[in-house]
Amino acid sequence: MSTLWFILVTFMLTMYVLLDGFDLGAGIIHLIAARTDSERRFILRAIGPVWDGNEVWLIAAGGTLFFAFPLLYASSFSGFYLPLIIVLWLLMGRGVAIELRSRIPLGVWASFWDGIFFIGSSLLAIFYGAALGNVIRGVPLNAQGYFFEALWTNFNPFNSNPGILDWYTILTGVLAFFALLTHGANYIALKTEGKLNERARRISRVGWFITIPLAALASFATFTVQPQVYTSFAERPWGIIFPLIALLGLLGAGFFNFRKRDLPALLSSGTFILGMLACSAFSLYPLVLPAANHVNSLTITNASTSQYGLVVGLIWWSLGMFLAAIYFIITYRRFRGKVTAAASQEY
Amino acid sequence: MSISTILSRIQFAFTIGYHYLFPQFTMGLALLLVILKILYLVRKDERYNTAVHFWGKIFAVTFVLGVVTGIPMEFQFGTNWALFSSYAGGIIAQTLAMEGAFAFFLESAFLGLFLFGEQTIGQKGHLIATILVWLGTWLSGGFIIASNAWMQHPVGYTLAHGRLSISNWGAVMTNPWILPQYLHTMSGAVVTGAFMMTGLGAFYLLSKRDIDYGRMFVTLGVIVGLIASVFQLYPSGDMEGLQVAAYQPTKLAAMEGLFQTQSGAGIVILGQPDASKGTIDNPIIIPNVLSFLTYRQWTAVVQGLDTFPADQRPDAVEMVYYSYHIMVGLGTLFIAITALALLLLWRGKLFQSRWMLWILMLATPFPYIANTAGWFTAELGRQPWIAFGLLRTVNGSSPLLSTGNIIFTLLGFAGMYLLLGLLYILMVVIEALKGPEKSAKEPMEEEGDMGLLSGQG
Repeated sequence: MSTLWFILVTFMLTMYVLLDGFDLGAGIIHLIAARTDSERRFILRAIGPVWDGNEVWLIAAGGTLFFAFPLLYASSFSGFYLPLIIVLWLLMGRGVAIELRSRIPLGVWASFWDGIFFIGSSLLAIFYGAALGNVIRGVPLNAQGYFFEALWTNFNPFNSNPGILDWYTILTGVLAFFALLTHGANYIALKTEGKLNERARRISRVGWFITIPLAALASFATFTVQPQVYTSFAERPWGIIFPLIALLGLLGAGFFNFRKRDLPALLSSGTFILGMLACSAFSLYPLVLPAANHVNSLTITNASTSQYGLVVGLIWWSLGMFLAAIYFIITYRRFRGKVTAAASQEY
Repeated sequence: MSISTILSRIQFAFTIGYHYLFPQFTMGLALLLVILKILYLVRKDERYNTAVHFWGKIFAVTFVLGVVTGIPMEFQFGTNWALFSSYAGGIIAQTLAMEGAFAFFLESAFLGLFLFGEQTIGQKGHLIATILVWLGTWLSGGFIIASNAWMQHPVGYTLAHGRLSISNWGAVMTNPWILPQYLHTMSGAVVTGAFMMTGLGAFYLLSKRDIDYGRMFVTLGVIVGLIASVFQLYPSGDMEGLQVAAYQPTKLAAMEGLFQTQSGAGIVILGQPDASKGTIDNPIIIPNVLSFLTYRQWTAVVQGLDTFPADQRPDAVEMVYYSYHIMVGLGTLFIAITALALLLLWRGKLFQSRWMLWILMLATPFPYIANTAGWFTAELGRQPWIAFGLLRTVNGSSPLLSTGNIIFTLLGFAGMYLLLGLLYILMVVIEALKGPEKSAKEPMEEEGDMGLLSGQG
């Protein structure tokens, strides 16, 4: 049962990264993709009706993690205190930027919020990548299952006491930045026409070229920082399917971009992200938060709540997700297709 | 209590107190939007729909502020209250996660349709979207109340290995604490929504502009405001009082400033508590009333704080006392104001009574204070427990979190929220000054005529 919930929480977090990923990516690229005020509004309108719903996946995943694995939630959120609160501030600034930017017709006002939207989106992508890097690398958990880590120490790769940001987690952060940049560019390409569409495709191509070596480097580095990765693939060789999915997605993203087929390109960059996240979850299982001292690691067993709680949770969770799927289908159908000039004035 | 625990308490109280300024308005306004939309469909008067669009815009800004200030709440249990989270997460997070699964997805989906979809989904569809947004906000409130109710009155749990787990889901969902607190909180939100609507309407009437809308807002606001204000006192307030007396006598004693156990206890209307001496300075007390309200007998014995050991009493008795008295005082005032206004309305004199319109306009901020004071009563009165009777607050905070880190984030939140508050007020003032006709019909890019603010004349 706790394995199932491990999969379900991973699923929700993955949904969050896939969906909010493209509107974060839109924020990363909008300064270079959109040059004029009206072009920026096209981008905002492309994500406007959906970003809020996408972000709900984060809240819902947070809540689900909290009830299914209370100790993991308590330990990781208190241990990653500072970066987590900074992420919250970035989410706030970014959300406000999207909604307030066009409410006052002043160049300075709009430019300020464009800047906040870019900075917020970029740093969020990097922080998310670094967060995943931390969970893979492991943290100095004590016997009670708690830790506290500085944001950074001295970036020395041989330091036995790394901070939340060290060479490895910065690498995963930068990888996330470019992966989401590509993903967002694909989404904007899909939702726009003309110049905006061409620029988004070009950005997607550049992002894709940079993502390839970074992904290779990060994958290699992962084997050096977390021995559990070997164990997982050795014990469950079928897991090789996850890196293959990621590879397929990565290849597809480039292939369809060159072919100017935006929807398959977006699905491919999504597949890449999905594959990478599934791969990370697979490599860690059954750990949920590895410790520097292995006996203190949090696992699906010692971090999860009671069997009864997980079973009743599954009942309402299934109903909730069924309803959420319906809402998402309604919303995305209602706002499908290219953004029209008239609609872009709504943002 | 360690400094870091106190700082975490301050940060949680500040961020959630600030957050709740927005949902209380959206929850109240959502109901008013449904009423306006129905009035439009029934009376076929275009002005009601214009009002829906106008308040819809204000709703949207408020909703965004509610969302962005709400995200930290879902995470601060873990960041600052790690020991509480791992102890009780198996129960309290059930209802929190359900809020995400059932309310947030619903709200976010149908708010988009409500704001941008009217042309394509038609008027009936738009009414349904409005109702679903309202339902979403009120469901959300329900799950939060269910979580809080469990902290006030824990049920349906078993303790194993130093951690609680849920043993009876039905009991958690039907916790007797939920209903009174839910009714009281929701109707408090309606008071806020109604007073905001009335206040803006009164402003238009006093400014002799948008007269039709001024009258519409004042009429609807006063009627709904009176119903909700009375409902706050009875039955919901009364239910809350009886419940506190039954389950949390320490909170009751602190609220009322009752230091000594008495039969025929009086109710303190005014006075300053002196917790160290256990007295009320400058008291105005109506004898026997507290006994009657609590036990329906004029001479019943009401337990004072002296009945309980010092380590089981709330640690800020004065704050509990004042919060409660501010809430009740303002609540009484709301009934008086709205009843008087409704009387004038009925006699056909309200729109000419400038003094009454002034009162209605100036009363706008007070429901926010009353609702906030109510929450302070509930949460400070729960102390020293984080889960009543089970886990002390001092044992619930994050074990390895240093004070320096909390001060950093507390200052950051303070700065961030100051900025957000200024922006929010700016946005609402812009819409309000534009007025319903312009605001609802003009697309956003043609706001150039806000000469004062845009500098473009």
